[in-house]
Amino acid sequence: MTFHLHGLTKTYRTGEVAVQALRGVDLDIYKSEILVLLGPSGSGKSTFLNILGGLDRPTSGEALFRDHNLTKMSDRELTLYRRDHVGFVFQFYNLIPSLTARENVALVTEISARPMAPSEALALVDLEERQDHFPAQLSGGEQQRVAIARAIAKRPEVLLCDEPTGALDSATGVVVLQAIERINAELGTTSVIITHNAVIAQMGDRVASFADGHIDKIVANASRQPASSLKW
Amino acid sequence: MRSLNQKLLRDLWHAKGQAFAIAAVIACGVAIVVMTYGAMISLRETRDTYYERYRLADVFSQLRRAPLRVTGQIAEIPGVTAWDARITHYAALDIPGLQRPAAALLVSLPDGSEPRLNRLALREGRLPTSGRYELVISENMAQALSFHAGSRLSVLLNGRKRNFTIVGVALSPEFVYTLPPGQLMADDRAFGILWVDRAILEAAYDLDGSFNDVSVRLSPGASEPEVIRRLDSLLARYGGTSAFGRADQISNAYVDQELDQLKTIAFVIPPVFLAVAAFLIHMVLSRLIDTERESIGLFKSFGYSNWEVGWHYLKFSLAITALGVVAGIVAGLSLGQWMTRMYQDYFRFPFLEYRTDSGVFAVAILVSFAAAVAGTWVGVRRAVRLEPAGAMQPPAPAIYRRTLVDRIGLERVVSMPTQMILRHIERWPLRAFVTVLGASMAVMLLLSLFFFFDAIDELIDSFYFRANHQDVIIGLVDQRSDRSLYEFGRIAGIRGAEPVLDVPARLSNGHLTQRLGISGLEQGTHFRAFYDAAGRSFTIPEHGIVLSNQLAELLKVRSGDTITVEVLEGLRKQARISVSAIAVEHVGLSAYMDRRALAELTGEPHTLTAIQALLDRTVQARLLQRLKEIPAVATVSTREQAITSLRDTMAKSMTIVIDFYIGLGAIIAFGVVYNAARISLAERGRELASLRVLGFTGGEVTYVLLGELALLVLASLPIGCVLGYMLAWLMSAAMETKLFRVPFVILPATYGIAMTITLLSAGASALAVAWRIRKLDLIAVLKTRE
Repeated sequence: MTFHLHGLTKTYRTGEVAVQALRGVDLDIYKSEILVLLGPSGSGKSTFLNILGGLDRPTSGEALFRDHNLTKMSDRELTLYRRDHVGFVFQFYNLIPSLTARENVALVTEISARPMAPSEALALVDLEERQDHFPAQLSGGEQQRVAIARAIAKRPEVLLCDEPTGALDSATGVVVLQAIERINAELGTTSVIITHNAVIAQMGDRVASFADGHIDKIVANASRQPASSLKW
Repeated sequence: MRSLNQKLLRDLWHAKGQAFAIAAVIACGVAIVVMTYGAMISLRETRDTYYERYRLADVFSQLRRAPLRVTGQIAEIPGVTAWDARITHYAALDIPGLQRPAAALLVSLPDGSEPRLNRLALREGRLPTSGRYELVISENMAQALSFHAGSRLSVLLNGRKRNFTIVGVALSPEFVYTLPPGQLMADDRAFGILWVDRAILEAAYDLDGSFNDVSVRLSPGASEPEVIRRLDSLLARYGGTSAFGRADQISNAYVDQELDQLKTIAFVIPPVFLAVAAFLIHMVLSRLIDTERESIGLFKSFGYSNWEVGWHYLKFSLAITALGVVAGIVAGLSLGQWMTRMYQDYFRFPFLEYRTDSGVFAVAILVSFAAAVAGTWVGVRRAVRLEPAGAMQPPAPAIYRRTLVDRIGLERVVSMPTQMILRHIERWPLRAFVTVLGASMAVMLLLSLFFFFDAIDELIDSFYFRANHQDVIIGLVDQRSDRSLYEFGRIAGIRGAEPVLDVPARLSNGHLTQRLGISGLEQGTHFRAFYDAAGRSFTIPEHGIVLSNQLAELLKVRSGDTITVEVLEGLRKQARISVSAIAVEHVGLSAYMDRRALAELTGEPHTLTAIQALLDRTVQARLLQRLKEIPAVATVSTREQAITSLRDTMAKSMTIVIDFYIGLGAIIAFGVVYNAARISLAERGRELASLRVLGFTGGEVTYVLLGELALLVLASLPIGCVLGYMLAWLMSAAMETKLFRVPFVILPATYGIAMTITLLSAGASALAVAWRIRKLDLIAVLKTRE
């Protein structure tokens, strides 16, 4: 098991308004599975993912990564946790504009313990030839694949993807999903993908549906659909 | 427009840290203008009123002795409206408790009444009664020695000790600054002015019905040179030593010098602050307009005109400037008052009111707003020119390129965060340049102000150690023959006594003329060393005359040229003498000759007016006490005492000034770095938060932002040193006066101090920004498109 999550709640306070983003979430995430989180905007899935990734702390409940309790970690420990174990992919790529594709990957490999070579990571997402281009010189799909290469170059245990295809057209989106699928297959990385696109759910081992701050249902797919067969 | 104004207030509040930093820089510039102009106006007006009300003379002359009837001829000189004939004489004082000899200039007062010219401002008591041993003492000395009306004072009148009663304490427009002869600074405990009834001095110096000092006032429009010429020709046969105008009157020359220096500060320093403020406003406003592209498009699409949009942003910088100007005026007024009070310690005026005029404010306000508009110009023009449709689109992403570091193959060596720093600098070279320039201005300013301390050290070192090697100079009441040298040489504790002969003279080269005392020194003197422009030392030549560089410049002569020397004493011989060397000196105008050659020109038997010597330190106190008792001794100045009093005066006035200057430099450095950091943070918040998400620690992310600034600040240090060197040179040249040349010396430590203060201040602003980096919202940034 990679994650054991129990009774997670999260309440945000902005001024006098309290927003309850999570209202008690229980979930175990298994090693090397692809877990898809489905749900409308504001259902709590991003908050949940941020807690998994050590970007945020729950208001109450327990979040265990293997035998580490994420809820008890200091800021510094969370930083090291992210550095050593977690790969992130975001909707808007979040590449560093002043660094080339290879350098964006190197940014992470420089600070991790047992990384692969940046060019090797870029090869996994079929971007070897574009490695010396700056983000502004790459298409959206290419930028997202660089982001994936950057996320997996440290050989993380977990790959957390928040709407990785949200800003892309469907053909490009499929290429990006194929990259995630390949990483999962070749490196055995536990992958959590947030989407509100139900079609993408078909590539997951399991699908957790979020609604109003808790998990509505969990469905295990009998068989995973290859990303290449997805269309929307 | 009301809602736009509301927005303006919010924008200002949002950028309050930066707005305050800029306003502080503007305030510094304005404060200096208001302070220095205020002090200048106060000083000038006080001087003029004082001189007028107390009838300071326009032309002064000393002579050996002339019968009072000659004044009738003086009164007939065209242009002379009033005259006053007096007796003046230096005399030694015996001041109980003072370990060293003290002296005074005695000035006669007509029969118990006010003099016609150079009137006294009585601070305490009354004028002396005719025929009595009563005196009025100058306030500087009275305060330094706690004398009041009623105190007793022993004066050596022509060798005889006389006990006087102090009946009054006074100021005189003639002695706003009281400089002991041969000194650089006032020494209030050991030198003052004493006004004594004329009859007493007539008797003491055998000047019955005569005078040896005359001053005259001129009618408006009278020609001063013409009056001087006629006065000189009239008094020549009475031993007149050449008349001089106010410009050469020592006290007035010091006041003029101070006014010139204030003017220099007012002109040189404030523009630096305003230039920095303009840069900062440019940086902040450009950034604001960049972030508000879409809003600008929106305003225009709503129907706001280009002019209204431009005015909106212009108001942003005008508001900051207004804040700075108001703070600057308030600070400048109180600093001006403080400075004026400092002048009270330095110059003696019966009244010194802090005054300023609205013109100063108008200039400060106008110049500040001009600087603000200049800084705003580019940004506002950009806002005005934005097309509404285009503006509402996000701007094109920044294109980065490989830097020089990549091209020379260092990319494998430097880390990615360092690459980010280098590429960011290369991408925004203008902004990097502005930051470097801004920070370098802090170094420049600090250097150009701190250099004065080095200059003073150099002055002391060159004057009191390299050029003069004697421990003591004993000024004699009258000229003496060489015999007195032996007498002094026998006094226990005096070693290696050498004679000095000071003779007033007029030196001229064609129509260029300077009047000064020529110092006659012993061949092979052990106590005076001269240095030429190349720093080589030389000694007094057997023939010819040595001029100080300042004097040589005024006379436009070089080594080898011949000048006319007219001795203003004795037989008043005139001679053509060749300039054998030019000596580099910082203070005053000086000329030196072989003592015997000079004595020949006077044609008189006495050959010395002062004695210079070394002291045996073990008996120094006893020796000084002994000198106090010798009637022939007028003044005794020890090197130790001179340096101590010079440093004391400096320390008193300078410590506050140092703090003030450090503050100024620090404000510039802080303002520049803080603004650069805040702008960088605002632009790169997303990038930095992304790094945090990827597992970079707060420290590592801080490095990316502050590392860039550190690099820029480091780059600014050498540039600032070069600029500071140039500004210091400019200031030393601008402050050069006839009496005083600021030596241009900057010690390595001074560069170090200027750079350290800049670094500390930059570090403080970096810290202020660093905690904001720690507080970056990691989640929000991931949810937004750039």
